[in-house]
Amino acid sequence: MSLNILVLAKQVPDTRNVGKDAMTPEGTVNRAALPAIYNPEDLNALEQALRLKDKNPGTTVTVLTMGPFRAAEIIRESLYRGADRGYVLSDRAFAGSDTLATSYALSRAIQKMDKIDLIICGRQAIDGDTAQVGPQVGEKLGMNQITYAEDIQLVSENIVRVKRRIEKGVEILEGLLPMVVTVNGSAPECRPRNARLLMKYKYARIPNELQAADEDYTKLYSSREFLQIGEWNVNDIVAEPIELGLSGSPTKVKRIESVVFQAKESKTFTDSDTEIEGLIQELISNHTIG
Amino acid sequence: MNNLFVYCEIEDGIIGDVSLELLTKGRSLATELNCQLEAVVIGSNLAGIETQVFPYGVDVLHIADDKRLDPYTTLPHAAILIKLFAAEKPQIALMGATSVGRDLGPRVSSALHSGLTADCTALEIGPHEDKKQGKIYENLLYQIRPAFGGNIVAWIINPDCRPQMATVREGVMKKEILDPNYKGVVNNLNVADYVSDTDFAVCIIERHMEKSKINIKSSPILVSGGYGMGSKEGFDMLFELAATIGAEVGASRAAVDAGFAEHGRQVGQTGTTVRPKLYIACGISGQIQHIAGMQESAMIISINNDPDAPINTIADYVINGDVATVIPKMIKYYKKNSK
Repeated sequence: MSLNILVLAKQVPDTRNVGKDAMTPEGTVNRAALPAIYNPEDLNALEQALRLKDKNPGTTVTVLTMGPFRAAEIIRESLYRGADRGYVLSDRAFAGSDTLATSYALSRAIQKMDKIDLIICGRQAIDGDTAQVGPQVGEKLGMNQITYAEDIQLVSENIVRVKRRIEKGVEILEGLLPMVVTVNGSAPECRPRNARLLMKYKYARIPNELQAADEDYTKLYSSREFLQIGEWNVNDIVAEPIELGLSGSPTKVKRIESVVFQAKESKTFTDSDTEIEGLIQELISNHTIG
Repeated sequence: MNNLFVYCEIEDGIIGDVSLELLTKGRSLATELNCQLEAVVIGSNLAGIETQVFPYGVDVLHIADDKRLDPYTTLPHAAILIKLFAAEKPQIALMGATSVGRDLGPRVSSALHSGLTADCTALEIGPHEDKKQGKIYENLLYQIRPAFGGNIVAWIINPDCRPQMATVREGVMKKEILDPNYKGVVNNLNVADYVSDTDFAVCIIERHMEKSKINIKSSPILVSGGYGMGSKEGFDMLFELAATIGAEVGASRAAVDAGFAEHGRQVGQTGTTVRPKLYIACGISGQIQHIAGMQESAMIISINNDPDAPINTIADYVINGDVATVIPKMIKYYKKNSK
């Protein structure tokens, strides 16, 4: 039994490790202080795909990411861990996309690929925490879905058994392929990079990253197909422009309020009711808790 | 037409609290918008279910009752909502930000090409002016939520697409009966008109309780206890505070060595290095190896009866007092002020 698996992965600013320098004095997010990382739950998703590949010889794992050109790093990180190939979907036309416009673009790209049996992605990305793109891609492609997965097993040629983590415990479900499965952060962590694969794919690039390359590398690149990461733009995926970016996004951001971390000077409280209630009210009103 | 809809979750014949909270909020929004509040319950053996929802001020209750609809699976529930919404054209549709609502909502919004905002912490009605197009919108739903890992709060609107969809977590809105004698209308849906057999392509083999693994690293809020908690039982109140404010429980090495908490919870050089948005250190003196593992936290609160505890020097807020007094008060006042 072999599968054609697609992993959807996103490069995100590391909003979990928000240190004291992550906010500017004006109280806005200091993006430069936040490193771009592989969305954590997408790594859990990649691990599930690689485990299915380990158990089912002949399975291929393709990774698709949407973002700026530097998101090619996500594909390389996937190749280092055992993915077979990857594509970067990048175009200015995608800027400002909400989850619906994003899932439309992704679904157009997926329709360009060979038949996919299983799409696996993280439940949600840490920069938005919406958990919407996986199910919306499934809907656009007419595929069934299972969310919050912790473990995916192939039980017959076209049936997967999925353990999902929900509020009160776990559910074991079986469903027919093709299927979209979103993976929870409680699933096993992704394996580390493999040294051999790291050497092999270290110089894998999308065409847009080649501009700075010298002649020797360009020669190497064109002779070694595995170094060529796919790069698609809006024309490659034959998308309706009106469905992309801001115009394809039903949700608009009306306004943004920064959560100001006022630190540095420490405040001291006693254990009196008034003072503790005051502190709690302050923490709630500045969205630190609640 | 153009009413406010709430999708109600049901488990063992009981409507979930998150749904009742949304009905309460939905009722006040519907009154403000001068429209009706409609609820949808999808499940099996639903006879008499209206008595649970009408007191919250529901005008119309749509019921889809079929034994295959319980427990929840994605496609049948989505198919019912998609067809019902396409016919009834709600202006607003709300559901819980639960494993059900967050599975179902995106599916429905994608099919209807409508905007969905996840995990809203407040919902308000208000106008919007689109200066570019010179258009003024009245009575939009402001969907207010933290974003970017909780570092900003965003006001999201859906000016043109309907329904305006939002999910809200349990406990965010308050639950309040409008009138115990409120009577609405029941609309029993003919399930066969909404779902097809192929929608049941996923089946649930089993469901059981299973504790999830401890993960102190990815929790945005950490309530950590030290030797000053006194005992394993002393940690119980930390778990209660953590459950109340949506946090995970950590521990200092001294507390772990004393057997108050499992090793998986240990923060510090020999445990896990954490950088949460908020770190609440309870009865932790702050040995250097502990501080090294948490000093990058965005905000630190220290609760200690020793005003000279080293941890107080790096804390943003210091509460001088006994943990056994302070923590129950924090729980009490969080519950009082969070709704």
